[in-house]
Amino acid sequence: MLPQAPPATAKASAPAEAVLTVDHVSKSFGDKHVLRDFTLTVRRGENVVVLGKSGSGKSVLVKCIIGLLPVDEGSITVLGQDVAALDHEAMDRLRAKLGFLFQSNALYDSMTVSENLLFPLRRQWLAHTPAQEKDMVRQALEDVGLADTADKMPAELSGGMRKRIALARTLILRPDIILYDEPTTGLDPITAREISGLLREVQQKYNTSALIISHDMNCVRLTADRVALLVDGRCYAEGTYEELEQQDDPQIHEFFAA
Amino acid sequence: MLKSPFLAETGAIARFAGRFFREGFRPPYEVRELLYQCYAVGYQSLPMVGITGFIMGLVLTLQSRPTMAQFGAESWIPTMVGLTIIREMGPIITALIFAGKIGSSIGAELGSMRVTEQIDAMEVSGTNPFKYLVVTRVLATTLMLPVLTVLADGIGLFASYVGINTKGTTTLALFTNNILSGLTFGDVLPAVIKTFFFGFAIGLIGCYKGYHAEKGTEGVGQAANSAVVVSSLVIFILDLLAVQITGLLGIN
Repeated sequence: MLPQAPPATAKASAPAEAVLTVDHVSKSFGDKHVLRDFTLTVRRGENVVVLGKSGSGKSVLVKCIIGLLPVDEGSITVLGQDVAALDHEAMDRLRAKLGFLFQSNALYDSMTVSENLLFPLRRQWLAHTPAQEKDMVRQALEDVGLADTADKMPAELSGGMRKRIALARTLILRPDIILYDEPTTGLDPITAREISGLLREVQQKYNTSALIISHDMNCVRLTADRVALLVDGRCYAEGTYEELEQQDDPQIHEFFAA
Repeated sequence: MLKSPFLAETGAIARFAGRFFREGFRPPYEVRELLYQCYAVGYQSLPMVGITGFIMGLVLTLQSRPTMAQFGAESWIPTMVGLTIIREMGPIITALIFAGKIGSSIGAELGSMRVTEQIDAMEVSGTNPFKYLVVTRVLATTLMLPVLTVLADGIGLFASYVGINTKGTTTLALFTNNILSGLTFGDVLPAVIKTFFFGFAIGLIGCYKGYHAEKGTEGVGQAANSAVVVSSLVIFILDLLAVQITGLLGIN
């Protein structure tokens, strides 16, 4: 499919402050080097897509950022804090400002949709009264267009709806940065486009920054302000979707030709 | 360097227990979840434990009668059955049933939460999943197993009374008196105290196995299975330790 007029626009004005910096990070499992000297910066209000083939280490990158995996070398700075230097409690506080959307959604399947949303809310003490809680849940569900699913169980929902609920659960904490791990994988093209649109809406409505891991070129085109190409654990190329699309380099061309 | 998987896992479970004590008693407390787990773990095991307790008391009584009758010692049946149930059979059978029912369900539940990344999801939303999932369950099993054991003992003794009355007549007063005359605190207290340890072991091992389940459906099955196998074995080892300790204290 040919790219249509892209809605993504590069920010021409002075660069905003960096909210997420991945600085020369290396990570290996045994003798398998997943990330080698990888460097990337996300600025406030910006959607950055990390594009790479399956198994190129994209998911490892986000897991390092969120602190689920330790890095071997280099440092990761989120909202001015070095992730590796944080203790458990400081990490928990930071994670409240850092949303993470799992590829598998990871909804709590023994809880209803509203309980799923209340779970992080109650533990971060963001709502002070039951009415406020209810209001925030309703607002988060409305943001993703699923206001009437509050009492359903995750198993009763379709794949696209589950993705939306997972996004609502991330949004309810009003994060500054959201990490999306392959947000459109496993969805049909129409639903995938809707989800991509939703990512844009979220960015505009709440002025969040986002790091999006993807290999779905439609999703990349619709959501990216900037694209970083991850090849062999390195940041191979960086630029807007249009800039990269016009490159002749075979490694880059490979992604855009499909 | 020689590496023993058995020792490595024993060490890992010990560290897991250490983490339980470090994190379990620091606020914030997950009171609501703890109460729910007590309900799920304790109250919902009651029918199962009640039935096995009843049958245990009845069978013990009916089977010991012929032998006791040979010695003309039928009047000793309540004392003997009472001691057997309270000191050994009640705690151990209840613990094994509990391990089979609760240990496996904790292993499977946490295992599938691990495999479907729900535990990771809790962690990245700034919640401590160890506190929410592990501490509440281990506390619930530790507190509920002694209660269930005492109930199973009571039901078992009542079944024994029923069993005695299937042949001949004994009043409840005589039966009770008979049991109590042969019973000291040294019989009751260690038996109840050891069930706290049984409960702790069942909860801890179930949680450990589930929390560290390997990826995939098979991992969940293995977690549930090994939770039961390991905790049943540990129950017997703890029982052996308990009898040694009471022996040293001179109350066997």
